[in-house]
Amino acid sequence: MITITNIKRVGSEKTESVTIEGGLIKGWNLPEEGQVIDGQGGTVAPALIELHAHLREPGQTEKEDLSSGLAAAAAGGYGTVVSMPNTSPVVDDPAIVRTLIEKAAGLGFARLRPAAALTKGQKGEELAELTYLKEAGAAMFTDDGRTNENARTLRLGLETAGSLGMVISVHAEDATLRADGVMNEGPVSEALGLPGNPAAAEAARVARDIEIVAGLHAQGVPARLHVQHLSTARALDLVRAAKAQGLPVTCEVCPHHLTLTDEALRSFDAIYKVAPPLRTQADADHLLEGLRDGSVDCLATDHAPHTRAEKERDLLDAPSGIAYIELAFPLMFTRFGETLGLERILDLMTAAPARVMGWDAPTLDAGAKADLVILDLSTERPVNPAEFRSKAKFTPWAGETLKGWPVLTIVDGRVAYRR
Amino acid sequence: MNAPTSMGARPPHLLDFQDWTPERLGAILDNADTMLQVLDRPVKKVPALQGLTVCNAFFENSTRTRTSFELAARRMSADVLTFAAGASSVSKGESLRDTLEVLTSYKVDAYIVRHHAAGAAHLVARYSGKPVINAGDGRRAHPTQALLDAYTIRQEYGSLEGKKIAILGDIRHSRVARSNAELLPKLGAQVVLCGPATLLPPGLAKMPGVTLTTDPREAVRGAHAVMALRLQRERMAGGFLGSLQEYADTYQVNDTLLQEAESGAIVLHPGPMNRDLEISSDAADGPQSRILKQVENGQAIRMSVLYHLLVGRN
Ligand SMILES: [Zn+2]
Repeated sequence: MITITNIKRVGSEKTESVTIEGGLIKGWNLPEEGQVIDGQGGTVAPALIELHAHLREPGQTEKEDLSSGLAAAAAGGYGTVVSMPNTSPVVDDPAIVRTLIEKAAGLGFARLRPAAALTKGQKGEELAELTYLKEAGAAMFTDDGRTNENARTLRLGLETAGSLGMVISVHAEDATLRADGVMNEGPVSEALGLPGNPAAAEAARVARDIEIVAGLHAQGVPARLHVQHLSTARALDLVRAAKAQGLPVTCEVCPHHLTLTDEALRSFDAIYKVAPPLRTQADADHLLEGLRDGSVDCLATDHAPHTRAEKERDLLDAPSGIAYIELAFPLMFTRFGETLGLERILDLMTAAPARVMGWDAPTLDAGAKADLVILDLSTERPVNPAEFRSKAKFTPWAGETLKGWPVLTIVDGRVAYRR
Repeated sequence: MNAPTSMGARPPHLLDFQDWTPERLGAILDNADTMLQVLDRPVKKVPALQGLTVCNAFFENSTRTRTSFELAARRMSADVLTFAAGASSVSKGESLRDTLEVLTSYKVDAYIVRHHAAGAAHLVARYSGKPVINAGDGRRAHPTQALLDAYTIRQEYGSLEGKKIAILGDIRHSRVARSNAELLPKLGAQVVLCGPATLLPPGLAKMPGVTLTTDPREAVRGAHAVMALRLQRERMAGGFLGSLQEYADTYQVNDTLLQEAESGAIVLHPGPMNRDLEISSDAADGPQSRILKQVENGQAIRMSVLYHLLVGRN
């Protein structure tokens, strides 16, 4: 049993305490029992939910592993993480799903809900055994890390996953239009002489996938498409229009696409190389508007760790990805606390991803699962990558002063992180 | 050499022309006159860089550029360490940074870098902490080539002020085009970039003093210098062109096209040429051609750049 004292709920000035027992919230403001933790006046919220993280296990543990990745997630205030299946081997086998879940459960950090591959080996041709993967505990299906070039395979996947009540999430990028692009196509890529990846590569693919869903929807087939790391204004407009037509399409946006632009590549530092690429300020502004008006469903970080040596390669050679699950909330709260408001930011990182997945809405009511985070909304601290739990101890925001740091994360009623 | 402050602080590197004032660029061009005189002497050597070690770090092969830099450094009495990727562990997956750590242990004083990736010279500057001369990084920049082009034009006209320079060819993949588009307007010239639409990225129109056109006659009209770029035959495989013949018929720099230019306009090419593809033999060998002059000037410019960056430092 744990009692957390000296905490406040969002929108309330009242100092309260919560008691946790057997993995559940027992109640509020009960007599102190068991281990007593001082919440230091922090704000309590349901633990954050991450729909998009690359934890690199199995097979790429020089970049990250379950232990470092889930510890990093807990330190970032996350209670649940959906891991991407583009590992080595690919997570296209129910046995791998089971192994990952079991191993993660023993670590005591954030809870793992692995995504499984949509196609065998993520090759995009033959569907994986989606039924068995679901039984093993897969949270969703995706070929993220690759693009779904074969439209028919995606359609078959949407039919199958739909019948299982599962979401398919897509890295929406037309690989032929992207070609050898390593950054957003535009005046900056041209001035830098770096191959550009046009916004049309994303928008064209989103349009195609929406049409597939629309065709199935019209026939009463329950398909569910989720667009990952949406980065362009035009792609967002397509998703917005699809939603207006009542199509079962959702999308996520990453904080790095809100806070960084292609101008960052002028440094030629591959730390800014990410897929889809950093876009223009106009795109970032449009995405922010989408977060405000609800056309963007949720936030996700696309935590994508690589070794320092890999990210020190030249921009053509370096792999794509930024890893920052540990500072996603402070980054969002510091930059957009005023524009979006605390409640909307928390919704985008807790209840909203749960809605995308069709999971129960996280609450802090008595009887609810004890997944919660205590956030210190006032203390400003500089980002110090040396302290990261993640193996990727570098970040574009190093040295930046942020507030909103998690001080305590509880997962399944146990302390998963405490500062 | 302590330059007057009006020239701006001396940039530690020549990566591109971002940090270079027209005055400093002018000083490099002026100094090249002196270097040309050295090259006319029976003993073509000056002691300016004695005791310094210059590393020619060529991660991408280019015999011509490497030879030009090597000779320039030796004529300034520097010791030259040559690193050529093909023959080394780079092909076995060693990273740029690993390679640099090895080279640094040889006590290198300055790097001349050629690499297939845009920005690689910037990374060498960051990782090594030594002065770096960019000898070509991907599509990004080839500043000494642009300087020698500017020098060759200046030799002809005395100045670049108000001159129109047409550059024709595969602009998209050309570091020579990008460097010239950055440099020549700083020296007062206007640059017109011209090529097939697939090889002419619209984003370049944002550069000051630069305009784009797909019409070669419009590009060349009234030009004081016309530069043809090398067309890589592999571009065909990339689907950028219908055929090489179609390209040659439309964009080749030849006597007919040159009639549109200012009379006496000079013809430039960074080499190596595909004769009768991007440039006709008539134009390449004719009286307006300054292509061999460019090679000679390249020596002087590279000596001048080495002098400017290395002499009087510490
Ligand atoms: Zn992705």
